[in-house]
Amino acid sequence: MGRFIIRRLFQMVFVMFAVSVLTFFIFNVIPNGDPAVRMAGKNPTETQIEAIRKEWGFDDNLIVQYVTMMKKVFTGDLVSYFTQLPVGEEIIKGLPRTLSLAIGAAILWMFVAICFGLYSAMRAGKFADRFLTIVALIGISLPVFWIGALMNYYLGYKAGLFPNGGYVELTKDPVDWAYHLILPWTALAILFIGFYSRVLRSNILDTINEDYVRTARAKGLSERQVMVRHVLRNSMIPIVTLWGLDFGAVVGGGAILTETVFDLQGVGQYAAEAVGQLDVPPVLATTLFAAFFIVLLNAIVDIVYAYLDPRIRLQ
Amino acid sequence: MATEPATETTLQGPAAWEAEAEREHVHGLGPWRLGLRRLKRNKVALLFGALFVVLVLSCIAAPLWADKVAKTTVNANHLSDTITVDGKEKNVVGLDGVPIGPQWLKADGKFFLGADRNGRDIMVRLLYGGRNSLVIGVVAALITTALSIFLGLISGYFRGPTDTVIRALLDVMWSFPVIILGVALGVAFALGGLKIGPLHLAGDSLLIPIFIIGFVYVPYMARPVRGQVLSLREKEFVEAARAQGAGPFRIMFTEVMPNLASTVIVFFTLLIANAILLESALSFLGAGVQPPNPSWGTMIDEGVDRIATAPHLTIVPGLMLVLTVLALNVFGDGVRDALDPRAKVRLER
Repeated sequence: MGRFIIRRLFQMVFVMFAVSVLTFFIFNVIPNGDPAVRMAGKNPTETQIEAIRKEWGFDDNLIVQYVTMMKKVFTGDLVSYFTQLPVGEEIIKGLPRTLSLAIGAAILWMFVAICFGLYSAMRAGKFADRFLTIVALIGISLPVFWIGALMNYYLGYKAGLFPNGGYVELTKDPVDWAYHLILPWTALAILFIGFYSRVLRSNILDTINEDYVRTARAKGLSERQVMVRHVLRNSMIPIVTLWGLDFGAVVGGGAILTETVFDLQGVGQYAAEAVGQLDVPPVLATTLFAAFFIVLLNAIVDIVYAYLDPRIRLQ
Repeated sequence: MATEPATETTLQGPAAWEAEAEREHVHGLGPWRLGLRRLKRNKVALLFGALFVVLVLSCIAAPLWADKVAKTTVNANHLSDTITVDGKEKNVVGLDGVPIGPQWLKADGKFFLGADRNGRDIMVRLLYGGRNSLVIGVVAALITTALSIFLGLISGYFRGPTDTVIRALLDVMWSFPVIILGVALGVAFALGGLKIGPLHLAGDSLLIPIFIIGFVYVPYMARPVRGQVLSLREKEFVEAARAQGAGPFRIMFTEVMPNLASTVIVFFTLLIANAILLESALSFLGAGVQPPNPSWGTMIDEGVDRIATAPHLTIVPGLMLVLTVLALNVFGDGVRDALDPRAKVRLER
């Protein structure tokens, strides 16, 4: 087990390293990407550009530049090319917002998906099941930025039921915090509710024909006990795996559109803005941040799985 | 005493097919004929499949609508024009900058769905934009499929170091957040175009979002394909081909590949749906189709800023997008149920 974990951690470090190299080089080889020219403003003279190049070290060898930048990532000295603001601070400022959004949405989508999936499976083939199937398919077909914009306008602005974007800190006022996040949570959760409830439904229908479920019924357990203790518990395993992976993916970039549409100013929105300006330091930092969460949750899921199922360790 | 389990009628998978075969005497039909039979019985899936065809045809007919009905072109501005509705003159774009909403057929088909801030006809742009969105979706899905089959075959068949390298590559791609990667590439190429040897693409070329989207979904499809190849290569028919002296590439492409067909078909429809959605997301962030080229994503992007004064700018292209993606999802779902109900299709967004 220990060896498996160590191997998995090495893999993690390798992927993170590859992501950082790729991100850095993509942005340095693209045409029109020369940051010195764009930092110099309009109609710069050649000497101005030269001075900026020298000051920021753009005339160094690319590998030297990469090493310097990565050093700054680890010491937290990374500074944006265009706003001159420290990247680390910006990410730390956005982190609670992104996490609030992701954690709340993850709880919401899991809860609703279990209700939908269970109900759908118990009524399999009947009207309620078909109706929920269509609802789920509509859910996975909705672009989050579109439904988010409509919700923001019709429920927030027009009906005045919810605040029109913005974020309140949890420590300041927990009620107001939740109130401001209800719409973003819902918008982000819709897609996952559609997907999870369908996966759960088919898992339950697979489990329900297992022998141990028949045994549980034969023991005389009530239908409710059979469903919750034997069927649901076993059908949940793949869903919980997905939940871990998706949570990582949402923190690491999946929330960009939701954050942008509701103007939450989280890490995702910061990344989107930085990418739009081809501002390499924040792009590199946010991409690494995102990759870290994706890779970390992947590793956790794998390790938990290996713990539960020894066969995986031998692969 | 527990009653009969409520799920007797909802057998799933092979058990259900066995029961169905008993009932309908279909023993002896091939898997494709059986799949087709099952798909034909799924009326909802067929209905949505037909809806998709209708949507595609209407987008193909975009020039017809522009010429014959709306009498304008896709990028023509009508900022200072007026139209006659019920005998009254109306500004296409009001003095306060608010464009007119849907006129349906009141202005002889002009501005059927209203105008945008430049006085361009939304219906015309919707149809032309649909062409772009659909072309991007279909071609990107084709690229993803081709690359995934190739990588999956090589990786799963050769195993060993080839497999290790390809898997590491896919792992790295998989760890990039799809949207950040897409936006990064999109912004970069939109600024400077793309030069690869003799191939030169302008910054507003549709091929740029097509390549980006085709590229970022590869790991999601290549992994399951590889898994299937790994198990297929141990089958007797592969051994038989090898015994006959077939080389690795012949085995891969003539023996193994045809057996991937059902997985590929199931993936393909859903890939188109996701590619269209990703196109809209990239365009929404300014990294997809570049204005003034229309696409459903760019139209939503232009509309969202004006949602308070002209909500139709956001609602109309969004509805069209949702309808198309929904049609593909429902149809794709039916195809999956018919061909391979256990296929695990998962595409990140």
